[in-house]
Amino acid sequence: MTDRQDMTTPGAKSDGMMSPDVAARRVAASIGGRRQRERRFKSYGLIAIGIALAFLVILFASIFSKGIPGFFQHYVTLEVTLDRAKLDPAGDLSLQSLYDGDARGAIRAALYEATGASGRSGRKAAGKIISQGAEQRLRKAVIDDPSILGTTQSMVFAVDDDVDSFLRGFISRDTPEADRRINDKMIGYIDQLVADNRIEYAFSDYLIFGSASRNAEMAGIFGAFVGSMLTLSVCLVLAFPLGVATAVYLEEFAPKNRLTEIIEININNLAAVPSVVFGILGLAIFIGIFGMPRSIPLIGGVVLALMTLPTIIISSRAAIRAVPPSIRDAALGVGASRMQTMLHHVVPLAMPGMLTGTIIGMAQALGETAPLLMIGMVAFIVDVPGSVTDPGTVLPVQIFMWADFAERMFVQKTSAAIIVLLAFLISMNAAAIFIRKKLERRW
Amino acid sequence: MNEVATPAGLESGALPMDTVGNVYVESPRITARNVDVYYGDKKAIDGVTLDIAEKQVISFIGPSGCGKSTFLRALNRMNDTIDICRMEGEIKLDGEDIYAPHIDVVPLRARVGMVFQKPNPFPKSIYDNVAYGPRIHGLATNRAELDDIVTQSLERAGLWDEVKDRLTQPGTGLSGGQQQRLCIARTIAVSPEVILMDEPCSALDPIATAKIEELIHELSNQFTIVIVTHSMQQAARVSNRTAYFHLGKLVEVGETGEIFSNPSHEMTRNYITGRFG
Repeated sequence: MTDRQDMTTPGAKSDGMMSPDVAARRVAASIGGRRQRERRFKSYGLIAIGIALAFLVILFASIFSKGIPGFFQHYVTLEVTLDRAKLDPAGDLSLQSLYDGDARGAIRAALYEATGASGRSGRKAAGKIISQGAEQRLRKAVIDDPSILGTTQSMVFAVDDDVDSFLRGFISRDTPEADRRINDKMIGYIDQLVADNRIEYAFSDYLIFGSASRNAEMAGIFGAFVGSMLTLSVCLVLAFPLGVATAVYLEEFAPKNRLTEIIEININNLAAVPSVVFGILGLAIFIGIFGMPRSIPLIGGVVLALMTLPTIIISSRAAIRAVPPSIRDAALGVGASRMQTMLHHVVPLAMPGMLTGTIIGMAQALGETAPLLMIGMVAFIVDVPGSVTDPGTVLPVQIFMWADFAERMFVQKTSAAIIVLLAFLISMNAAAIFIRKKLERRW
Repeated sequence: MNEVATPAGLESGALPMDTVGNVYVESPRITARNVDVYYGDKKAIDGVTLDIAEKQVISFIGPSGCGKSTFLRALNRMNDTIDICRMEGEIKLDGEDIYAPHIDVVPLRARVGMVFQKPNPFPKSIYDNVAYGPRIHGLATNRAELDDIVTQSLERAGLWDEVKDRLTQPGTGLSGGQQQRLCIARTIAVSPEVILMDEPCSALDPIATAKIEELIHELSNQFTIVIVTHSMQQAARVSNRTAYFHLGKLVEVGETGEIFSNPSHEMTRNYITGRFG
């Protein structure tokens, strides 16, 4: 209809070309709709970002509100009488002698005195207030400074995890006595300790320096942290050179034929293989066929290296491809061989991209749980691994295990461990950005 | 018109196809005989026969896609880097077939250097840019010798006075014209016999272009220079001989003065007078 009208208006020309007036009018008419569509499109984007941000905020708020208290726990201060004959019966300060000695008795005695507990049930209740790790602390204090034997020292011990939960208010006094893990007698003693100012809420050294433990108040991430470090080192040492060499070969030297095409497709597909499959592969080959021990960071690192390789190869190839061909021409033009061109020019220029890909791959590997479960790194291991062939576990698996434990205090410890893992990941990504910026300046 | 002189003693194969003018010279540095270059199935160079004389400048002119750059890159086997590229015929440097199976491209490219269209210094210091070639070929036995080579190359390239105080600064920080002269210094640092230049001034302003042209003139005392250019004035200014390419064929070759004042072939005449191309 409008066409017909326009044709008849004086502005319309008869030779079929639209007059500028008509064109301008039609453009003006369409512009409102176009602007509106653009606004709508923009608002969709904003909504998407808003939702993503909201989830991020919820995630962080939840983790930090639960996790920050996990970095702290309650301690009790006791005056312990360190009787040389009782604590070190052999008198040579050897571990054997200290273990034969009655450290528990010394702590209990101090505890009974502080709470005024008496009678069999009273003493039993008072004994439950303190962590089982207290004896270990006492022995360590004696080893560190033997001169304290024969004196009375004011010492700080962690309280039991149930007592900690009670002090945090997670266990209510109003619950019937039979339904709570703290009986009325214990509450009385705890109130007494609080009134005497013997209870303090302080930074939890167990969390950072402790190893796996069934006792929530003693459990820490140190063993898992060391395990993660060892596993990642193995992963890096294997995956980085292999990945870069593969990328360089495929990009610069491989003949372009069917075989290399198939290899390329397979590498790209490997990046999408569920990580647990790599775990099964590690289990079948390294443990099943080669008969290597379970739970060791060496195998964990190898499995994670397999998983990380596609990421490193793909990003390294992209980085190599991004090096301008003029640089290759320049090097070849002065008579550099292909290898010299690669090693002197292309690889150094592609290095920032390669390193970024590697660090992102490492960050993925650091957060990986499933393949490590398959090769047994989920075992409960108290000792900190000293080498890549010692049994160990890693941070995400430790978090996975803690999340499974029933004790209330493990909830906070889990969140605290997640915070540590996140901090670790964020610093790795920051390192990736830093390296990229630092090296790119030469371009 | 089709006077094709075959000097006695030149063991040339078939006669060149359709080329007008004298493709042969007295003392050739490079001899190309019936050269065909293919990109996959497409024939980019079709039966080119040409001699390149010692210590002369020869320029290749012709419309875009005529194969002049392809032919240039065939002279130091830079086309080898392109997988689908295939070459037939014969190119000899000082009587030696450069496409023979035993020939290593590394020493070949040291003898036949190349300067590219876009200035492409390495993202390294000015010193390292020039020193790179001598280093990989082991031309200097000690640091003092290397310093000498770098200094002389930069002087020959007319860049020394501008950069002598900042040799450690990156070569990429120089202006376009300076970068191109740095690339020339890098090329002559390995003392090549022949320098190939692929439109060396197309990315430069007229002042920088004038400097490069002056440089080409000076360098022709010592080097054999082959230059591909889109600018006919440039070809007229810098070269002794000029070769006109069209659709992969060498149409006409001759003394530069002759080509520009009195071209024999109609296509050359049309191109030079700006009627097409």
